[in-house]
Amino acid sequence: MKRPVRLRVVLLTAVGWLVALAFILPYLQMFLTSLKPERELTKSPGGYLPTHWKWSNFADVWDAAPIWTNIRVSLTVAAAATLVTLACALPAAYYTARNRFRGRGAFLLLVLVTQMFAPTALVIGIYREMVALNLTDTLLALILVNAAFNLPFCIWILHGYFSSIPRELEEAAFLDGAGRIGALARVTLPISMPGVVTAVVYTFISAWNEYIVALTVTASPDRRPLTVAIPSFVTQYQEHWQYLFATSLIAIVPVVILFVFIERYLIGGLTAGSVK
Amino acid sequence: MRDATSGARGSGAPPPRSLQPRAAVPGASPSPARPSGPSRPRRIGRALTPLLWLGPSIALIAVVVLWPVVEMVRTSLQKISSSGVTLGGSGSRNYSDLFDEDAFLAVVGRTLLWVAGVVVVTMLLSLALGQLLNARFPGRRVVRWTVIVPWAASVLMTALIWKWMLDNYSGLVNRVLLDLNVIDQPVNWLAHPHQAMLWMMWVAVFVSLPFTSFVILAGLQTIPEDVYEAARVDGAGAVRAYFGITLPLLRPAILIASIINVINVFNSFPIIWAMTGGGPGHATDTTTTFMYKIAFYDQNVGESAAMAVVNFALILVMVLLYLRASRWREEVR
Repeated sequence: MKRPVRLRVVLLTAVGWLVALAFILPYLQMFLTSLKPERELTKSPGGYLPTHWKWSNFADVWDAAPIWTNIRVSLTVAAAATLVTLACALPAAYYTARNRFRGRGAFLLLVLVTQMFAPTALVIGIYREMVALNLTDTLLALILVNAAFNLPFCIWILHGYFSSIPRELEEAAFLDGAGRIGALARVTLPISMPGVVTAVVYTFISAWNEYIVALTVTASPDRRPLTVAIPSFVTQYQEHWQYLFATSLIAIVPVVILFVFIERYLIGGLTAGSVK
Repeated sequence: MRDATSGARGSGAPPPRSLQPRAAVPGASPSPARPSGPSRPRRIGRALTPLLWLGPSIALIAVVVLWPVVEMVRTSLQKISSSGVTLGGSGSRNYSDLFDEDAFLAVVGRTLLWVAGVVVVTMLLSLALGQLLNARFPGRRVVRWTVIVPWAASVLMTALIWKWMLDNYSGLVNRVLLDLNVIDQPVNWLAHPHQAMLWMMWVAVFVSLPFTSFVILAGLQTIPEDVYEAARVDGAGAVRAYFGITLPLLRPAILIASIINVINVFNSFPIIWAMTGGGPGHATDTTTTFMYKIAFYDQNVGESAAMAVVNFALILVMVLLYLRASRWREEVR
């Protein structure tokens, strides 16, 4: 019985690491490309490794394009959208988890239906609305759109966490004179921290990565987030793949680290939030 | 959801129904002693409490999600100049123009194939991947982290690196295939509609896998170990245990993962936009890129809105059919 078990582990490990390699390969290629000097990029067939490792690409890219401005836009939009989402989702998730009231079902259905909408499907409507509100080419438009479309996921995940906390815990704090808000702040929120962190990171990342609405709504270069700015490194007039991927890595690495950080909560969150 | 019932306190002897405030339910407010006939302001206050908590969410959804839906439908029935000025109603003109587009039927058909192909392959692979990520082996953590990467990374950037790897002239894919003698001269993968479509479907699978696999993984972790114990005692082999226990118990997870995947893949825009731009011509367009081109290249917002409405109807029909086929009400409450 012991031998097959060991063989199984060896096999699993091998398959596991192969899978890991497959998932990381494109990003490894991104990294290698970002380190090539321009003349190596036009070689055919392309080389596997840079013959000359041009680390300075990562310094030069800041001068090649105003990416610092794009990063600031992306950061502003993602951070503000996350705050707005949280401010809306926390009370809604808490209230629906704790109370039964008329309209509760309708509200949860509204949230579920909203989850079915994607910015892509509505982009024409969003564009027309922003024109009507005179909000085209503003960061406010991007903040609102990102906040709204991430709201359903946050409500579901927080709703799941709040529902799983026994109300007796809160009641005890309430009887100690903490008040409803106090009980929420001192008991419920700390216990649901993993859910809150998951919601925050998830919203931040999807706002950081949002593309189509930003592409449609923004016009001036200083209001473009990274996703909209990056493709302009490769146009019919210029091809700077090395800068394109250097910037991509600058955009990707921080959020991957953030995401790895919530990985363990994500599994719990997916179980509590959507599967339940 | 179970313990969300809030009737536990103070509802032992509910007041007669006629005396209950309309919107309030026992326990909704934490006041311990309920007067049998609440005064009018209090009644209104209690009816409005939910609005206080849910208001911000409702407002945000109404302004940013529902308004565009209405605006989209309205726009699809209007005649709009290329500079964005509304020139009045146009009846169903935009729709008939849309249906008359040479590419329309092909685009819709391609979109359905695209969704079906990507979702089926994604689900099959993620069933295996979820199982792998749930198994015990050294380094499982790291493998899980790498699987997450395409989820965290921008889809646009992932699509761009694939575009570069598929480059005709100096891409990695051609280099590897040349070195392995699979091809004897570089192939311009993204210039041929069929090959381009297959590669883009692969990229769509690649970026879908993390989410679906993690939902499957989450589902697997809810299956208690002793169910398998019992099956083993009964003499069921690994295969029978998988089809008899794992798959049926995974149904809710599979449902959620595939529905969300259908919606995402249907609306997937950056992959095609970055890799082929829907070209050559309209040969690799799906409904979303087609819609975008009508709006911002042809400057025909009205017709593009019609395309968006059709696109939305397609998603709705597909999800409803799917839910019906899978009898979702029995599975997920």
